[in-house]
Amino acid sequence: MTTSNGQYIAAIDQGTTSSRCIVFGADGRIVAVDQQEHSQIFPQPGWVEHDAEEIWTRVQSVISGALAKAGLTRDDIRAIGITNQRETTVLWDKNTGKPVHNALVWQDTRTEDLCKELGRNVGQDRFRRETGLPLASYFAGPKIRWLLDNVEGLRERAERGDILFGTMDTWVIWNLTGGVDGGKHVTDVTNASRTMLMNLHTLEWDDKIAESMDVPMSVLPEIRSSAEVYGEAVGELAGVPVASALGDQQAALFGQTCFDVGEAKSTYGTGTFLLLNTGEKVVNSYHGLLTTVGYRIGDQAPVYALEGSIAVTGSLVQWLRDQLGIISTAAEIETLASTVADNGGAYIVPAFSGLFAPYWRSDARGVITGLTRYVTKGHLARAVLEATAWQTREVVDAMEKDSGVTLSALKVDGGMTSNNLLMQNIADVLDVPVERPFVAETTALGAAYAAGLAVGFWPDVDTLRANWHRAAEWTPRMDEETRESEYKNWLKAVERTMGWIEEDQPTGH
Amino acid sequence: MAGSIQSLERAAAILRLLAGGERRLGLSDVSSALGLAKGTAHGILRTLQQEGFVEQDPDSGKYQLGAELLRLGQSYLDVHELRARALVWADDLARASGETVYLGVLHQRGVLIVHHVFRPDDTRQVLEVGSMQPLHSTALGKVLTAFDPVARAELVESEREAFTPHTHTDLDAIDAEAAAIRERGWASAVEETWTGVASIAALIQDRRRNPVGAVALNGPVERVCLPEPDGTAGPVRPELVVSVREAARSISRDLGAPRF
Repeated sequence: MTTSNGQYIAAIDQGTTSSRCIVFGADGRIVAVDQQEHSQIFPQPGWVEHDAEEIWTRVQSVISGALAKAGLTRDDIRAIGITNQRETTVLWDKNTGKPVHNALVWQDTRTEDLCKELGRNVGQDRFRRETGLPLASYFAGPKIRWLLDNVEGLRERAERGDILFGTMDTWVIWNLTGGVDGGKHVTDVTNASRTMLMNLHTLEWDDKIAESMDVPMSVLPEIRSSAEVYGEAVGELAGVPVASALGDQQAALFGQTCFDVGEAKSTYGTGTFLLLNTGEKVVNSYHGLLTTVGYRIGDQAPVYALEGSIAVTGSLVQWLRDQLGIISTAAEIETLASTVADNGGAYIVPAFSGLFAPYWRSDARGVITGLTRYVTKGHLARAVLEATAWQTREVVDAMEKDSGVTLSALKVDGGMTSNNLLMQNIADVLDVPVERPFVAETTALGAAYAAGLAVGFWPDVDTLRANWHRAAEWTPRMDEETRESEYKNWLKAVERTMGWIEEDQPTGH
Repeated sequence: MAGSIQSLERAAAILRLLAGGERRLGLSDVSSALGLAKGTAHGILRTLQQEGFVEQDPDSGKYQLGAELLRLGQSYLDVHELRARALVWADDLARASGETVYLGVLHQRGVLIVHHVFRPDDTRQVLEVGSMQPLHSTALGKVLTAFDPVARAELVESEREAFTPHTHTDLDAIDAEAAAIRERGWASAVEETWTGVASIAALIQDRRRNPVGAVALNGPVERVCLPEPDGTAGPVRPELVVSVREAARSISRDLGAPRF
């Protein structure tokens, strides 16, 4: 296999808005970063596409860029790890390497009606027991079906065996390992767990579901673990082993070294993703969470996770900035919120496109409640931050109900961790310490860790754990009585969002 | 110029005139210098005065530039914006040095801690964001005093407590050290506030090169200072000074300050 003595690991983070290459040293510190954005294509409302060829060009370019910035060559790189935006779907011709259509991005809602149709009389949980997922437009399976139905002649080409499917990990690995010249057509268990086509218990494609969705098995990649050598790179990094793939949120869980049952991480960006390690147990959710694969290292047993996503967190701050103009930068929300001691009785529930976990109510719309003459913009700013904290609390409560695990601390990352008041607020409403690690790039770090483990650069997960250091910790300060009465008020506010959209009303606005 | 507004042009001309050589001008000086009727010049001056852009001396009746103009020129930097921009660099400084890192800004008569990164040894540490440190006896305070005239003025007014035998409380001694700090670009404080603790700080500037805050590293004297032959604490370690100054430069650059 490899004889490289490289002292660095390169992680490729193929994200929704940009691709990055980050080079890490053995202690997990960042040596160099290069980043390039790619185009967001909006053919019509609700549709979001990426040009997969452009993405591959960007990926190649950031690899070169990061190596140049670090002053390194391929001989210095021991392994490459991949992390990626999840669920985004591309189909391409294996003989030419050309995509047959733009990639359908996870946010794209064009498969909503198809998902309803697939639910038939059973409803959105038709495939939940096997896949851990509800029928929703994010997931890859129905996107494949849409492409096969809508790109002329594609189904015939697929049935002839000329067409390959991939999420972005698969697309990048196939190209990185040679493309039309012997590129490896593989995906990892975490990415496969977002297709709605993989059985969580066997970690294999479920042919019954594939048949129900009318997706030919021949387009599907081979499912491999998250940390093993899939093949060797060609081009700039020729000969370097491609040794990990993890969906972005799972990579963050790995980067935060949440290797034990009951450890959880929450990534605070425009939306928020909370993942809880449930160990070797597949925990079914009855409280609106997703069951997903956390990671699998080589031939070790897979580790599962419960996932709760909050649609609107950082984007609520952006709404205050861009739509209301109350603040001029996102960071100013904290300044404004600090002008008052509490929320003044006001609560904001940002159900902009319905309520997500744990409610899943598409008939809900956002509300601001508890308004009196006394309420100022400072109180509203506080209510904005509290909305993120309470939504976190609701997801954590759902996780405890589903798994029976009580959270002892929450590891956080993402842009909003620079908001001190918010982090304190989360510690207060969860009544557990909130911890921020040093490396903010937990997603890329997770991919690097997995790749490093696969090639023996790091011996075991304990070594990785020893790299995790606390940069800040917020401890709960709120008394029990306040917490309970505030939670009650929040739940009352949530109640008031429901049923806003009537059955026969268009759901758009 | 098409579409330009005459009264605004005239107001701008008056402001330029007042900003020129003579500091204070009477109404007749202004009207004759710009060829304006006295009534016109008076109307414009009165409006500028209402807006705070011009002030009238109560004794002589002469006009000068107002404080509002100065305030306009100073960019206001939100401390939370500062923290968001500094996060990566402060983390890096703490990790590279193995010591505690603080970001401080001038607030009332002290230094307000707006960001705190733990020493990376996973020991129990308490977040000190929101706490105050003294201006005269910490490296953060000394940097702000040396570079920000407002901080210097606050220091004069403040009670300068002698926390340890090493604390300088005498204004002349403080001013002499401030001159040296301006010269070399960084400050240190060894056991001047807390026994056994040494700190090093450097200035953070915004895109207009205004002093907006300072970044500091704090640690035990034994690690932060070089040992003297007799075993006492000597000067702070030059490699730590380099790290602190690099962090300050990187943060300033992210705030848009030109390269040094």
